[in-house]
Amino acid sequence: MTLKTLILDADRCTSCLQCEMACSLEHEGLFAPAFSRIKVFEFEHGKRSIPYTCTQCEEAWCMQVCPTNAISVNSELGTKVVDENLCVGCKVCTMACPYGTINFNTRSGKVTKCDLCGGDPKCADACPTDAITYGVAS
Amino acid sequence: MTWHKRVLRVNLSTRTCKVEPLNMEWANDYLGGRGLGTKYLMEGMDPAVDALSEENQLIFATGPLTGTMCSTSGRWAVVTKGPLTNAIAASNSGGKFGAELKFAGYDLLIVEGRASSPVYLLIQDDKVEIKDASEYWGTTVWHTEEAIKEKLGDPQIKVASIGVSGEQGVRYACIVNDLHRAAGRSGVGAVMGSKNLKAVAARGTVGVPVADAQAFLKVVKHTHQLLEDSAGRKDLTDYGTNAMIDTMHSFGGLPTNNFQDVTFPGTEKINPEAMSTPNENDHTNLITNKACFGCTIGCGRIAHIDQNHACIKDRQQYWHASGGLEYETAFALGPVIGVDDIDALTFAGYLMNEHGMDPISFGVTLAAAMELFELGVITSADTDGVALNFGNAEALTIMAEKTGKCEGFGKMLGMGSKRLCEHYGRPELSMAVKGQEFAGYDSRALQGMGLGYATSNRGACHLRHDVFAEDMSDQTGNGKAWPCKTSQDKVAMIDSTGLCLFTTAAWDTDEFQQQVSVACGSHWSNERLLEVGERIWNLEKLFNLRAGLTKADDTLPPRLLETPAPAGVAKGRVAELSTMLPEYYALRGWDQEGVPKEDTLDRLGLGNKTTPVAANA
Repeated sequence: MTLKTLILDADRCTSCLQCEMACSLEHEGLFAPAFSRIKVFEFEHGKRSIPYTCTQCEEAWCMQVCPTNAISVNSELGTKVVDENLCVGCKVCTMACPYGTINFNTRSGKVTKCDLCGGDPKCADACPTDAITYGVAS
Repeated sequence: MTWHKRVLRVNLSTRTCKVEPLNMEWANDYLGGRGLGTKYLMEGMDPAVDALSEENQLIFATGPLTGTMCSTSGRWAVVTKGPLTNAIAASNSGGKFGAELKFAGYDLLIVEGRASSPVYLLIQDDKVEIKDASEYWGTTVWHTEEAIKEKLGDPQIKVASIGVSGEQGVRYACIVNDLHRAAGRSGVGAVMGSKNLKAVAARGTVGVPVADAQAFLKVVKHTHQLLEDSAGRKDLTDYGTNAMIDTMHSFGGLPTNNFQDVTFPGTEKINPEAMSTPNENDHTNLITNKACFGCTIGCGRIAHIDQNHACIKDRQQYWHASGGLEYETAFALGPVIGVDDIDALTFAGYLMNEHGMDPISFGVTLAAAMELFELGVITSADTDGVALNFGNAEALTIMAEKTGKCEGFGKMLGMGSKRLCEHYGRPELSMAVKGQEFAGYDSRALQGMGLGYATSNRGACHLRHDVFAEDMSDQTGNGKAWPCKTSQDKVAMIDSTGLCLFTTAAWDTDEFQQQVSVACGSHWSNERLLEVGERIWNLEKLFNLRAGLTKADDTLPPRLLETPAPAGVAKGRVAELSTMLPEYYALRGWDQEGVPKEDTLDRLGLGNKTTPVAANA
């Protein structure tokens, strides 16, 4: 089965951060880009703006190192999902992840990462330039 | 909601920071941003004080919609008394700083007093520190912003800072945030410099809640779609604001050579097409477009300068990309000084951002100096040996840098055109209102614009009204007072929401009303919002009257009132201010001297009763 994924096209990104607001609203209930699971990084006075989030990689180092088995695979979507009831906020996963896309959340005291909003990613919805789309990568 | 209901008050003289509750009565009367900032300023200081004295206050104000998913929600305002105009200054910026200040949990930041030595303010949610800035003092905006981020080890911190021009009181120094967005007009950066405040750095994790997220998203989806579908929005995205330069040239409203002409043949070398066409070295000026926080338009341009160009050939530090030409920058560093060299314009634009100066006021001041030079009033002995002839691109870049560094003749240019021209005994050559220079629209071709310039509370400004459609279809002053008045009120309201004026490509009052209502969780009628705008306009006027301004300040330079337009659709016309102004005063409910009548003030809740200053918590 071919899974859908977030397709990020940095050439189209204007760094408006609608994605970060949509993400934080979905997961935190308010607009707080500091807690967004997707981040836009800017380089050289805005010459490049690059949206970046968890690729749901197959290795899933975060899942492998978690001492409380708080991270599991959603087989339908291919996402690695954090169970906040099991996470104790030890941050080991944040060190294991080579991409820096699972992060400690100071509001909850747990880690957070992209879960594709359960198959309806709000960042892709919010992106005005199609720099973020949800589909099958070619 | 969407107001945090928190004001951060910092006194630099006593080095104290405290949080006060936002006066919600005022928030309901003035929304936020420009309006609420003006209310706090009016209640907090005497408008008659010297703008560069420690009695002046400097207010950074977000709006209720700043930091929300509404498109263009990155807007914030700097409100203070302006040293260029000695009038109310309300300068608006985008970028990401304003939203970050809001995310830190504050609606307003009020800076009082003056630090005894250079400082910067570091705001991280509830942690607010006044920190030593001696290592940044004397350096540029670009250096300051990057050095603060590096020192704090946090690239996500957002910084608003001033350059040497602000430190040394250049009358049109800006406050620049996010490297190339600026609270650009009226010299708000010089006020910051007079307080020994080099920068404000903010990082916020409090966020911004809205009343009903699902209802909010439904409205925002609709307003986003309106923008998406708008042809005006698409032009802004594709071409940036500089698309206007061809329109103004062919219309005959493009001020050229210090407003001696109204068309500029060199336009084709600096217009959007020129920006995106490779030159003989296969270098293309424009790289991409860029959005401010939350903006689904993205009118900002990111450009770079041809490395072979003489202005930066030996200066590798300017080979990188940065903010590119927008209409007002292109006009003020181009036609008004007769320059059509796109690389020189772009470089001068870089210097404006790096050193923190308003390109409009700088360019129009340089234009006045060029006319003085060509008239022989000043010579190269005055101008550090530089031939200040119209069209001299090298003179542009040299003088931009000298002004930014406050060196040589740059110190004279830093006074602004009014003081410069008065100094040399030719005050009529200053193209300004209340001391603030005109934007790129000639008042003889655009009569409503002329009335807007003359009556703008912060001095000449193209962003205080919108009579554009009426002006393009009718070259007389007939019937311009009403759209001028009503659009001034509307713009004042929009400037107080935390959203950007450019959304009016697709939105009218009703769209602002829907978004304010759903975000704040209370009904705001269109009428109520427009009344807020009118109240703001009148409060600004009261500030100016108390600052000592009179009807004599609501005027235009003799060149526009007496010398007919030499070309274009308005050829032979002068600005018809003498007929428009009395009509405008009457429509405003002001007397013949431009003073609001008692019943007007009573209607707007601005009557004579003294409003108590907000109780400090």
